[in-house]
Amino acid sequence: MRLRHFRALALLVFFGLVLSGCNVNKLPTLDEQVKAAWSEVLNQYQRRSDLIPNLVETVKGYAHQEQTVLTQVVEARAKATQMQLPADVLSNPQAFHEFEQNQAQISGALGRLLAVAEAYPDLKSNQNFLALQSQLEGTENRIAVARRDYILAVQDYNTALRTYPQRWIASILYPDLKIRETFTISDQAQQVPQVKF
Amino acid sequence: MRLRCAWAALLCLLIFAPSTLAAEPKFPTLTGRVVDDAGVLSAATQSQLTDMLAAHERATGQQVVVVTLDSLQGFTIEDFGYQLGRHWGIGQKGTNTGALLIVAPKEHKVRIEVGYGLEGTLTDAQSRTIIEQSILPSFRSGDFNAGILNGTQAIIQVLGGNPLTESQSRPVANSAEVPWGFLILWCLFFFGPWGIFIFNWLRHHNDPVWQAQHRNALILQRGGGGWSGGSSSWGGGGGGGGFSGGGGSFGGGGASGSW
Repeated sequence: MRLRHFRALALLVFFGLVLSGCNVNKLPTLDEQVKAAWSEVLNQYQRRSDLIPNLVETVKGYAHQEQTVLTQVVEARAKATQMQLPADVLSNPQAFHEFEQNQAQISGALGRLLAVAEAYPDLKSNQNFLALQSQLEGTENRIAVARRDYILAVQDYNTALRTYPQRWIASILYPDLKIRETFTISDQAQQVPQVKF
Repeated sequence: MRLRCAWAALLCLLIFAPSTLAAEPKFPTLTGRVVDDAGVLSAATQSQLTDMLAAHERATGQQVVVVTLDSLQGFTIEDFGYQLGRHWGIGQKGTNTGALLIVAPKEHKVRIEVGYGLEGTLTDAQSRTIIEQSILPSFRSGDFNAGILNGTQAIIQVLGGNPLTESQSRPVANSAEVPWGFLILWCLFFFGPWGIFIFNWLRHHNDPVWQAQHRNALILQRGGGGWSGGSSSWGGGGGGGGFSGGGGSFGGGGASGSW
């Protein structure tokens, strides 16, 4: 008799959940969206990484005395490419943070390289350099968009995972889903630029 | 038990709070292929642009939209551009073949925003060349009409459409040949028995013997209601004057410039 009561209650809760619009497929859908957004982030970082050797060669031809900046770019790129991303990078704060740091170093080094290039008029008027520069700008912009999309996807996913009723559904149906890591604004970007006279 | 039910229902209702929305700029409405929110374009330029862009879409299916913005609302033009493109859904869904030429006269910024599907032809470098060579010289002398016209022309040229000749040689999609023979056969096959029946009913509807014989079929015809006029969906692909985005998406491709 008690069992029957329990069953009735369980059924009631179940149908209550279903009828109130709780989507049992919501979390897997959001999870896939996070994965897709993450792929796009990786894709755009890869695109930037592919542009670097060509850019370095072009700059070398005109500004070979800027060895330090050029080396920094090459080293930052090498470090980022060497990093093996673990399969669970999205739920592994340490690996995620390392990945982000490596990419931020490339961004910093590239920024310095482009700033240095301003001092070489021949380089600045080189067609190849101009094309590379615009590609790089476009890629940086795509990275920003991909990161934003990823952040939004993770926000949706994490919110669903941490709030009811998806929290219940996850604990019953998808116990392996974890909170995903998201991008932080780098310390560099947070600093207000200083103006000196 | 009943109390518990009520509790469960109440909980379910409470849980469904609307999720918060991220801060988004306020977008102008998509009134056509040329949206002159800043009011810098003459009527002649607008109609010329519209014709050019419509012809390009007919020829290639790619949607290009020209928009001048009253204000960027504190966003960068890159930030504003891709969100505007996504908001309007410029380009075809799935292939994402859309592009925007965005001009913000107040902020002195111009941008070519390229949809995912066109990034291969209208590359960042190409977009920059168009901005530097076709658009900015006119903008610097204050002539928005010429700059936007030249820029749009260059975009269409780069995209590889040759709109004027292409659109004349191609018939309009909607006037494609209708398979009449097939349609007639189909009608006969489907409505034939009913046609004969109705013809007979018209002849015999005063004849009680015939009525009694065909009572079942008559009931079916009157009350059954199984035959609702098959809602035909012959909607042409956005024919008339209205223009709307096809649902394309943007990922930040393109180039910007300032003057």
